Amino acid sequence: MELVLKNGKIVDGGTIREADVWIRDGKIAEIGTDLVRPGKTLDMGGKLILPGLLDMHVHLREPGQEGKETIASGTAAAAKGGFTTVCAMPNTDPVVDNPLLVELIATRAKNEGLVRVLPVGAITKGQQGKEIAELGLMHQAGAIGFSDDGGWVQDSGVSYNAMCYAAQWDLLIISHPEDVSLVAGGVMNAGPLADKLGLAGADPVAEVAAVERDIALAEASNCRLHLTHLSVRGAVEAVRRAKARGVRVTADVTPHHLMLTETACDNYNTLARVNPPLRTEADREALLAGLLDGTIDAIATDHAPHKQTEKFTTFDDSPPGIVGLETAWGLLYAQLVESGRMSLATLVEKFTAGPRRVLGLENLSIAVGQSADITAIDPAARAEVDPQTFVGKGVNTPFAGWKMSGLPAMTMVGGEIVMLNGEVGNVTVPVEARAQVG
Amino acid sequence: MDKHLLALEDLSREQLWTLLHRANEYRERLDRGEKDGRELAGWTVANMFFENSTRTRMSFELAAKYLGAHVINFSQQGSSLAKGESLLDTAQNIEAMAVDCMVIRHGTSGAVRFVAENTRASVVNAGEGRHEHPTQGLLDILTIWRHKQQVEGLKVVIVGDVLHSRVARSNIQGLTKLGAKVTVCAPATLLPDSGDWQVETETDLNAALDSADVVNVLRLQLERQQQGLFPSAKEYFKFWGVDQKHLQKDMLLLHPGPMNRGLEISHQAADGPNSVILDQVTNGVAVRMAVLSILKERGGN
Repeated sequence: MELVLKNGKIVDGGTIREADVWIRDGKIAEIGTDLVRPGKTLDMGGKLILPGLLDMHVHLREPGQEGKETIASGTAAAAKGGFTTVCAMPNTDPVVDNPLLVELIATRAKNEGLVRVLPVGAITKGQQGKEIAELGLMHQAGAIGFSDDGGWVQDSGVSYNAMCYAAQWDLLIISHPEDVSLVAGGVMNAGPLADKLGLAGADPVAEVAAVERDIALAEASNCRLHLTHLSVRGAVEAVRRAKARGVRVTADVTPHHLMLTETACDNYNTLARVNPPLRTEADREALLAGLLDGTIDAIATDHAPHKQTEKFTTFDDSPPGIVGLETAWGLLYAQLVESGRMSLATLVEKFTAGPRRVLGLENLSIAVGQSADITAIDPAARAEVDPQTFVGKGVNTPFAGWKMSGLPAMTMVGGEIVMLNGEVGNVTVPVEARAQVG
Repeated sequence: MDKHLLALEDLSREQLWTLLHRANEYRERLDRGEKDGRELAGWTVANMFFENSTRTRMSFELAAKYLGAHVINFSQQGSSLAKGESLLDTAQNIEAMAVDCMVIRHGTSGAVRFVAENTRASVVNAGEGRHEHPTQGLLDILTIWRHKQQVEGLKVVIVGDVLHSRVARSNIQGLTKLGAKVTVCAPATLLPDSGDWQVETETDLNAALDSADVVNVLRLQLERQQQGLFPSAKEYFKFWGVDQKHLQKDMLLLHPGPMNRGLEISHQAADGPNSVILDQVTNGVAVRMAVLSILKERGGN
């Protein structure tokens, strides 16, 4: 397909410039002003043209839990949210702990997915934390990294072994840091609110202790370590210290930990049950500070769809998780960029260059010769979060009614438009069309 | 408190006093042997116990019967396995049998509120998880009030596994609203993060009991010991077990029962002159009569 994106504003590397972009054979063929080239024309009307957003922590639930989400529905949600690439976590049923399952995910994503899917393999067989899985073979099959997400490798010996083994090929270990023995069955942040509600509290030290152990093991093994969804101040401080002395450690944070605190759990609100739990205002501020000073490299949603019936129960019985793909950008744009807490360039970086660097991917920019993975943003668009409009299967969000702005207006993957003006799918563009968000 | 009693946290000082005065009237009626009230005539109360209980279930059953209600009982063993959905299914089925009031005990905090929000009947919390046990809190306060003729200004010490205790939470909510000074005393591993609760925390029993008016001893949940929250029964009794020697002449000794004698409380204290433990049991029936009758007046079916 040949297509000219006219009258857009390219946001890349911290600069904004008005230009037209000509896309041909899936790549950016030319950038210039007043471009007239063969093919169709899409008038961007001043919308922001960004390198495609990447969410490095998503649960697509396939195989095994297709009632919650599928590769098709999850990637549709990603396209709606402006993401051109997602990393699929391996805690499916069965667990992705061998090369065949990595290939299965990759193949299904190619056939049924709207955006690019990078499979993550398990660190240990069955995510049981006992024996390391076939990291090398899974890597060859296309696994971008390895994680027992949903469960931290509790046994330090096994974890160290996995890191030493991964380091020989410079593979990435992604850790969900949480010492279960310290969590002691906690279902929300430990503290006065948990004690008032009579819910078992999960002590923040469980995360700090796990982070410190993983950093020590990564330092000793020279393994690339990524700590996912940090939630507490002590963990941010530990990563900051480790980076300062040269440990190969990176970290991400979720939108919900940046925007919510434990008070969202009041009245036993199961929609706010998440793992790690929502913490205190001081933690939230520390996460934001860590993001701004570069301690935290990326924002990742931990998109965790569940059935409505599963969330319609008591807090203890509710499975942890919040969906994020369709709301992450718009909420953060409204809460952080428009409020002046963060520059647009930083938000872009945390969804593009940041996670790509963590994953060891080549940088993606709006430049001639680059793959046409593009997200267009309408800074003037506004909406409220309405779970009824989600295209993903999960509607479990505590953000219903929250204001979003700067909404994604177009998502393009390899030169193909997969979302335009909120419509998701392989969009046919008329010869002359206009991108808008209604 | 319109049609439900879910937690003392929800009640105002005035609502607490309304309940206590009504309960006191019923206590006086019980003392006169009057058990043939008609306040709940035509009402059906279901006791739904998803967790073991003898005393609370019998107390609610008698309270309802003394006021003329129909009573049915449901109990489920192994309730820790019961998921929220099956809980709601059960509640909706029982409600569909023209039940007006459900008295629910459940092992999960928030479970009773979950039922109340998704059914039409009046719902009474008979103890949920580690959250609240409001009628126990009320009967403790009634006992204190009847013996001390006041609540405001009293120093009440709650000793034991406060962290896991729904009795402690209801006591704290009710007593502090009525102006009592509450101190909680336990090993550090069993103390909650009291935050904005108006309570003092103390790990030294003797220091906690200094100038106390009331000592409320919590039942130590022996199953918690397996988590290593305290080293042994022997050590616990040595440092936090309440004995007669700890009790000044005018101190009131309460215990919600059932007691672990020789663990959190000594024989001598349990049966001694300060103990009002059996009086609490009678007050429990009176409190539950008050709760049920007021709920029927306030929008019960």
